[in-house]
Formats: sequence, C-alpha cells, structure tokens
Amino acid sequence: MIDCTTAVTQLWDFVERELDAGDKANIEEHLAFCRRCCGEVEFVEELRSFLKDAARPGLPLDAEQRLGQFITDLEESGP
Amino acid sequence: MDTTGTVDSATFGQVAREQLPWLYSLARRLASDHAEDVVQDCLMRAYKAFPTLRDHQAAPAWFRRILVNCANDYHRSRMSGADETSLDDTSESTLFRRILDEDPLPYSDSLHLDFLHSFDDEDVWKVLDRLDPKFRIPLVLVHMEGFTTATVARMLGAPLNTVLSWLHRGRKRFETEMWNYAEEHDLLRQAQEVRS
Repeated sequence: MIDCTTAVTQLWDFVERELDAGDKANIEEHLAFCRRCCGEVEFVEELRSFLKDAARPGLPLDAEQRLGQFITDLEESGP
Repeated sequence: MDTTGTVDSATFGQVAREQLPWLYSLARRLASDHAEDVVQDCLMRAYKAFPTLRDHQAAPAWFRRILVNCANDYHRSRMSGADETSLDDTSESTLFRRILDEDPLPYSDSLHLDFLHSFDDEDVWKVLDRLDPKFRIPLVLVHMEGFTTATVARMLGAPLNTVLSWLHRGRKRFETEMWNYAEEHDLLRQAQEVRS
C-alpha cells in the first residue's frame, strides 16, 4: 500500500490518466481509504480547470498595429 | 507559393494577420513582457519558411510550433544559470494542504475554490511570470493550451520523461508561487472582506 507522500506526487498524472495500470491501481487503493488525498484529487481537478479556463491575454491595439506594420515590411522588403 | 517558386507574400500577410491574436496570447503566456519580440521573431522565421507550408489549413499549428521554438530560444539566450536546486520539489507539501492547514478564509465553506477565485486573470499571468521558463513553457502548453505531453516533447526537442519532470516541478512551483503571490498581494484579506 502506498503512503500519502508517494500518492501526492502522482495525483496530477492520475487525473490526467497518464499512469500505467499498476500505478493507477495503487492510487485507487490509496484513495479508497485516504480522505485527505481524495481532497487533493478534487483540488487538482479544480486547479486544472482554473488553468484551462484562464482568459487568453488579448492583443493590445498598439501591439497589433506594430506587428501589422512588421508584416507589411516583411511583405515589401523581406526579412 | 506562386508558379515562379517565390513566396506569395500577399498570402503570407493574410495568413499571418489571421494568426496574430493567438500568437500574441501564446507569446504573452510563454514570454510575458517580451511577447512582442517573440512574435516578431516568429513572423520572420515563418516568412522565410512559408514556401514549405503547403496546406494553409495547417497554418495555426505551424505558426504555434514556430512561436514555441522562438520563445524557447529567447529564454535559452538569456539563461541566468541560477541554482535550480534551491527549491524542494520533492516534499509532500501541497497547496491543498497549505490552504487546509493555514485556513486563510475562516468563514468559507468552499475554502479551496475561494482561494482560486481570489486570483483574476492578470494575477494568473503574474504568477506564471515568476516561474523559470523551463517549467513555465511545458505548464502553459499542456495545461493552458491543451497540447499533449508527447507533442510538447516534440516541440521542445526534449525526451518525454524530461518534459514530464519539468511539468511535475512546474506544477509544484506554480502552487508555491500562487500562495506566495496571494500573501504578498493581500489577495486573501481582500477575498475575506468581499465575503463579510
């Protein structure tokens, strides 16, 4: 049976389904009795969503104009 | 490409302009305040290599791959050589436990979620900025941009196990820096005041 120290290092991979069958079974066995690590798993899922849903930085108008001009210059005179 | 074999610059311009918002947003996540430099480098390389892009449907992925290389090269050229072993990446301490132990929002009935929600988008970018690029880049590509670890390994020209190790350490550091940032910027007190 794995302990919490081992389990917490693998929880992201567990949630991402990147563990092999043996490691996955060990985590499931641990989670069956460890309430705190179940909370860890829940938090990993929340943190994953939090990162995935973070808004994309927008393209400021001044940067858009400069980069647009850069493209025009490339088109006209090459790199 | 036109029939003479030269770059069809009008098409390059059209395709590049379409990609600009996505390229800038990815560059901002990967290279923070240097995003514009990285996008310019990407545009330059893309212009030179444009004749090799046969299928314009593949342009988004093609541009992103070039941009990741540019961001990687940008950071490589500015490596500080700082000691990367100073932080303990092997401890079992996690952000979940720290929030639980320190209970920064005593009246919250969804403590961990409220902690996350005390960060706005600008805060998240600032926390990302604190990470060494070696850890930030895989973290952004996998957890924010949705690339698989195998794809990221190919993009970065690194073995899969190395990328997995960077990811593991990057997530740990991101958690540590979230806590540090929240303390330094008084986010938790502000969140508490909003609740009461």
